[in-house]
Amino acid sequence: MTAPLSLNHLEAAGFKSLTTLTPDEFYTSAPERLTAGGRAVSYFGLPEEGGTRLILILAFDYERRLEALSTVLNDSFRSLTPDFPQLHLFEREIAEQCDLKAEGHPWLKPVRYQLKSGLPVPPGITEFFKVRGRETHEVAVGPVHAGVIEPGHFRFQCHGELVFHLEIALGYQHRGIESRLIGGPGKLTSHYMETLAGDTTIGHASAYCRAVEALCCARVPPRAEVLRAIMLELERMANHTGDLGALAGDVAYLPTASFCGRLRGDILNMSALICGNRFGRNMVIPGGTAFDLSPALIKELKLRLDAAFRDVRDAADLLWSTSSVMARFEGTGIVSKGTAMALGLVGPAARASGVRHDVRHNFPVGIYNSKAVLSEGAPESGDVYARAYTRWLEIKRSYELVSGLLYSLPAGPIFAVPGPMKAESFVVSLEEGWRGEICHTAVTDNAGKFRHYKIKDPSFNNWQGLAMALRDGQISDFPLCNKSFNLSYCGHDL
Amino acid sequence: MLKEIISRLKQGHRTIDFPSAGIKLSPRFMGLPEIKCDACGGNCAKCADICPTGAIEITAGKPVLDMGRCVFCGKCAALCPGVFKFGADYKLAASKRGDLLLTGEVVKRAETLDASMKKIFGRSLRLRVVSAGGCGACEADCNVLQTLVFDLGRFGVQFVASPRHADGILVTGTVTQNMKLALRKTYDAVPAPKIVVAAGACAISGGIYAGHPETAGIPEDIPVNLYIPGCPPHPLTILDGLLRLLGRIE
Ligand code: SF4
Repeated sequence: MTAPLSLNHLEAAGFKSLTTLTPDEFYTSAPERLTAGGRAVSYFGLPEEGGTRLILILAFDYERRLEALSTVLNDSFRSLTPDFPQLHLFEREIAEQCDLKAEGHPWLKPVRYQLKSGLPVPPGITEFFKVRGRETHEVAVGPVHAGVIEPGHFRFQCHGELVFHLEIALGYQHRGIESRLIGGPGKLTSHYMETLAGDTTIGHASAYCRAVEALCCARVPPRAEVLRAIMLELERMANHTGDLGALAGDVAYLPTASFCGRLRGDILNMSALICGNRFGRNMVIPGGTAFDLSPALIKELKLRLDAAFRDVRDAADLLWSTSSVMARFEGTGIVSKGTAMALGLVGPAARASGVRHDVRHNFPVGIYNSKAVLSEGAPESGDVYARAYTRWLEIKRSYELVSGLLYSLPAGPIFAVPGPMKAESFVVSLEEGWRGEICHTAVTDNAGKFRHYKIKDPSFNNWQGLAMALRDGQISDFPLCNKSFNLSYCGHDL
Repeated sequence: MLKEIISRLKQGHRTIDFPSAGIKLSPRFMGLPEIKCDACGGNCAKCADICPTGAIEITAGKPVLDMGRCVFCGKCAALCPGVFKFGADYKLAASKRGDLLLTGEVVKRAETLDASMKKIFGRSLRLRVVSAGGCGACEADCNVLQTLVFDLGRFGVQFVASPRHADGILVTGTVTQNMKLALRKTYDAVPAPKIVVAAGACAISGGIYAGHPETAGIPEDIPVNLYIPGCPPHPLTILDGLLRLLGRIE
């Protein structure tokens, strides 16, 4: 039998090198590779003459390599979810996007309620899982929520205060980005990338730029690599800081809530100091970065960074030393390591359950080749506390990284013209955004334009983690659990 | 309790004065476009071509920039710095859609509500934010107004959970097909008279998603009282717009 294609991260491989397995070979090979430790980073279908081509990209984190498996089929495909739950949403997505039936999928429902034959599909209408019994009841929330947050629909099956099950229906933010990328890059491509998830502008823009650069065989100038890393780590710091504040707010601990609200803004303003925009818009471009730092700016940034970090440390320390906060954080919303692995959770949420992988560590690019990112002694209890404390450790590490990088900017240009993209090739680009692993898979056509572009935001992996965190918990703990993940609706819905 | 008090002293007083001449934004911040029409020859139209959102049109030989579509990417200014420049002014909100079309340097800022509406809402405005199909950045910049830095509450403005408690809605995002019904229901649930604010390029014009069949936009029959441009608008732009609407800034 043909072996799966072994692939390196950011290696532009010829599309033809992707051997087409027969469906039966695929159904034998995929489970075998998944059992051997493969973690799905992308699984999607693209239309091809004679059917739909399924492409499954697996990461072997500890071997720092990828594998790609592919087959072509019609009408339906066999669901592997019953044995490999990490595929559950990928398979639902394939069923929805490619109009294929996922045979044997235990949970086959729409993912985004996307247009069908050009017509809208009523969102949130599906057969929700139901618990029946005299004393059970159902709570439905959303799409419009109480706070200033994105839309989504949540169904809780409860017994009194106890949550048996939470089902999350999304798609309200679906604005049809992926299909607009085909034939690109065009005028809007980088804007789509920067707004896949507005709070992860740098993460997604970097993943996109690296994909393009790999397809162009372009080398990013070293100075631009450092600038990108500074922006990526500032993005991480800002979001984690905001979330620590929000977590404090959810347990009614106002000092940290107020301090962190301000501090998040201070960190966003540092990004604005660099590129003019608080979210890092217009900064990362294929070939490098659009803005540079002057010595005066570096000095100003360092001053602000130190001041912000000092205050974040102070605000975070209050959390760990306040027993009423810790009593609410500890033991709440536990996701076991086994569950995290089975579901393929990523990012700080996975690390807090003891699954220690991080794209910056396992598939390092640029400055991360020479920098340690994983913190020692991180909690692995999988509860709200572990997710909160993991975020704090990551803020600390990001601060150290940015501090060092500001003073080690190599001289030279910040941009090199990338050149044309290779035709009939594909590339997998991974980036550790602040929520976790971002994966972009680009396939080019015979003119070197995008034939297909697949995006996976970390939230795609992690929403089910939130649902699991609520199992057997109190419904009143939902806001707290939710904030500890703080997943993206728009990144999921695309 | 003691440690909280010590922290409070260390963290200091952080609420900014607003409006104030002392507000310092990043020198790279891109605010109000200043268009030097006279410097434009009026026949190359390269700016209209380069603009990702179709925000620039050449009308009667002069460029017209639609702030309701602009995502402040700076490409036009890089192409033609003699004509396009983005200043430091964050005061961008307008009352009429047409006021967002800039040509030359005349700007028409948001106007105060009419006397009867001002009487009702001028000192207290409660808004329900409806996030309806964007990237979450506009929501983030609305949220930040509730932090102690901006302290929205001191102006009598508050974001509330229920539309029944609200005086109006603030819409962010392009309004996807999937949010159309929810937006309608939320709007209907707000007691009249009510206010509608469209915040961000997506809500105003569809932004970068304009024309996608997945999006619908704010329906014609929901009248908008305030347009706040930007992608996303700076928090100060939102705050300034809201306060102008209420007649708190002239
Ligand atoms: S700054 Fe605005 S008007 Fe100029 S090119 Fe960009 S989107 Fe168009």
